[in-house]
Amino acid sequence: MLADGILLKVEGLTKRFPGVVALDGVDLEARAGEVHAICGENGAGKSTLIKMLTGAYTPDSGTINFEGQIYHGLTPRKAMGVGIACIYQELNLIPHLSVAENIFLGREIYLAEKINVLDRKQMREKAAELLADLGLAISPTARVGTLGVGHQQMIEICRAMWSNAKLIIMDEPTSSLSEKEADDLFRVMAQMKARGVTILFISHRLDEVRANCDRVTVMRDGKTVARVDMKDSSIDEIIQLMVGRNIQNKYPKQRAAHGDVVLKVNKLNRKGVLHDVSFELRAGEVLGFAGLVGAGRTETARAITGADPYDSGNIEVFGKPVTIRTPLDSINAGIAFLTENRKEQGLILIQSVAFNATIVNMHKYGTNGWLSLKRVRDTAQKICAEMRLKTSGMEMPVGKLSGGNQQKVVIAKWLLSKSRIFIFDEPTRGIDVGAKVEVYKLINQLVADGAGVIIICSEMEEVLGMADRILVMHEGEITGEMSREDATQEKIMYAASGFRQAS
Amino acid sequence: MSNEAITNKASELKADAKSGAMAEKLYQLGVLLSLLLLCAVMSVLSSRFLSFDNLMNVASQAAVSAIVSIGMFLAILTAGIDLSVGSVLALSTMMMGIASDHWGLNPYICILVCLGTGALLGLANGLLLTKLHLPHPFISTLGMQKMARGIALFVTAAAPISMFPDEIQFLGNNSVGQVPVSFILVGILYAAMYLFLTRTSTGRYIYAVGGNKEAARLSGIKVNSILNLVYVISGFTAALAGLVLAGRVNAVYPLAGLDYETDAIAAVIIGGASFFGGVGSIGNTIIGVLLIAVLRNGLNLLNVDSAFQTFAIGAVIVVAVAVDVLRQNVMKSGR
Repeated sequence: MLADGILLKVEGLTKRFPGVVALDGVDLEARAGEVHAICGENGAGKSTLIKMLTGAYTPDSGTINFEGQIYHGLTPRKAMGVGIACIYQELNLIPHLSVAENIFLGREIYLAEKINVLDRKQMREKAAELLADLGLAISPTARVGTLGVGHQQMIEICRAMWSNAKLIIMDEPTSSLSEKEADDLFRVMAQMKARGVTILFISHRLDEVRANCDRVTVMRDGKTVARVDMKDSSIDEIIQLMVGRNIQNKYPKQRAAHGDVVLKVNKLNRKGVLHDVSFELRAGEVLGFAGLVGAGRTETARAITGADPYDSGNIEVFGKPVTIRTPLDSINAGIAFLTENRKEQGLILIQSVAFNATIVNMHKYGTNGWLSLKRVRDTAQKICAEMRLKTSGMEMPVGKLSGGNQQKVVIAKWLLSKSRIFIFDEPTRGIDVGAKVEVYKLINQLVADGAGVIIICSEMEEVLGMADRILVMHEGEITGEMSREDATQEKIMYAASGFRQAS
Repeated sequence: MSNEAITNKASELKADAKSGAMAEKLYQLGVLLSLLLLCAVMSVLSSRFLSFDNLMNVASQAAVSAIVSIGMFLAILTAGIDLSVGSVLALSTMMMGIASDHWGLNPYICILVCLGTGALLGLANGLLLTKLHLPHPFISTLGMQKMARGIALFVTAAAPISMFPDEIQFLGNNSVGQVPVSFILVGILYAAMYLFLTRTSTGRYIYAVGGNKEAARLSGIKVNSILNLVYVISGFTAALAGLVLAGRVNAVYPLAGLDYETDAIAAVIIGGASFFGGVGSIGNTIIGVLLIAVLRNGLNLLNVDSAFQTFAIGAVIVVAVAVDVLRQNVMKSGR
């Protein structure tokens, strides 16, 4: 152990990739039993730093001092061996196996190790013990695939605990959790901290960092710019350190004049998923959908846009009833759906920026069936310039862009679709502070031009910051409606927990 | 982000894009060089390799394979596969033989029967995938491979049919000056397919479906229609290849096209298409076709045991797919 209870001390870590310095002399220091945040915009070098600690990358220079032992580079096996575990955004669990089997995967308890016979009973008991220690009501025999994301993450934590990890790295652990699940996670983190486990916490959600971390290391452009004590600094200061400039307004909300009803949904039903969902959206309005993960908000959007079928209900667009069975029907009706998972559902990562931006109704860019490649490129170039997309060219594969720029390509694609109704599902997930503000400004511009916008947000602050009116869903039903002026976090939580609004 | 940082970022992105494109170019150059190297080695080992007759022989064998490979390329481009091409070729040409020999139909109608049978079998492959939702075209086309071969054997009780009218033989047997009609056909088909894939929205949608089916669907692309079309084209090109083959040998037989799918898969993958879908160019497929044709011809000339030939083609496929996996990993590790 190093002096002053310091568990990990990284000094001068540098990593170059062809044409770019990803990390430039990064320093990091974490004490035993500390929750230490690493903050920075996308591309600041957080992922590269983590990969160095987990042994995925070898540093070009610099040292990693872990428990007084100096390493010039780690391998995944070595990192695991010394007690460094990482919980990635995409969980590494096997859905068909039980909770206990997943926890002990690769580190099983044997009855007779020589002949490879497992002690299933002891593993079940030990798993139950680990789960109970963390205060989790999960059965060790449950199949992991049947659990929610929040619980799955807990299983990963149990795995790390079983492997006697001293340092647990959590990469954006709350990005796919509801607020309640996130609270559970923070409770478990506090328990691990009390046992002397160090947690490196990477998150874009600064309120979480503020509430749960002891210290924070801020990174920018591959360098560490500051290490501050949480109790001596404010969120605004951290944001300033991250972006190197002052972001005055996190939510640059501008109200637009509201016009006619552009979308009217009446008693939309899907068995077991949606129950009598009815609402209206006006031109120039930003309608926010709040609720816990799994409350039926995404499902509502998917049913309206033909991504999923629905059993009954009517949809009217611009006062006319429409039948929407496929995404193409939705596009033809003027409704754009910007899905929450841009990598899985929004983009074709191996294809170019131009291709992705013009994919909706691509036949428009041609005459007599022949595509005009020049028109495709020029159109894409124009919209990307308007959106200030950072790319080396229209032929760049979108998979190589940062999260914020990928999201801009998704928005560009739907702007070009000539839609008048835009449904944004988690529009700012996984993108950095600067890019978020740009997305909000684009939403402002859309409503100023008379489009109707629906935003589905799991961050309550965002929905409060950007929506004119908020609908709250719980288990497939709308349980609350409130105007921007009336809405509070408490009221939303109340409705999101299934209590109907007293009206 | 400071101006300097933005400039850095932009140059980093540029370097990334460049290195990706470079890697692709290098790979294609590598395949072309392997082909030339193989030709050089063969011409040293066998004096007959570079003779006009032999080269024409290689090319006319390659012509049939090149046409089959067009359909296979499309199927693989959509992250699928068509294992039925060889059997579809056999059944389509057998139907043509029956139409001509047993029913005495007009030769042009017989050609339509051949191509129509191929397209219909392809449509069946597509519908098995898109309507019955069989888990992967591997299954539907494997089933079709066996069913079509079974019918092809059944319709004439496994007997071949020969002696066709000139019209049917035209594509496989005639020349314009020194140039066989089949070569011209291959050139036209590849040029047309290139234009279709790069210059029409339907062609671009095939890449979109292969790159990310769900994103394509949510972007309003009729994914099922695209997949059906791909398998119809694959059935059609298999039948067309069969027509060329039937013309060349002036006969149709139920075991025609055996193992053609293996050569076509090898050619497409060597040509740089990816089993993961969404990546590849039709122009490079022809290089893969030639490589396989030269390899087979060379081994024949050297009197290598046919058992080893089979082994060699298998090994080539494994190596090509392994290289594909490596290339995809290199492309992914960019971020």
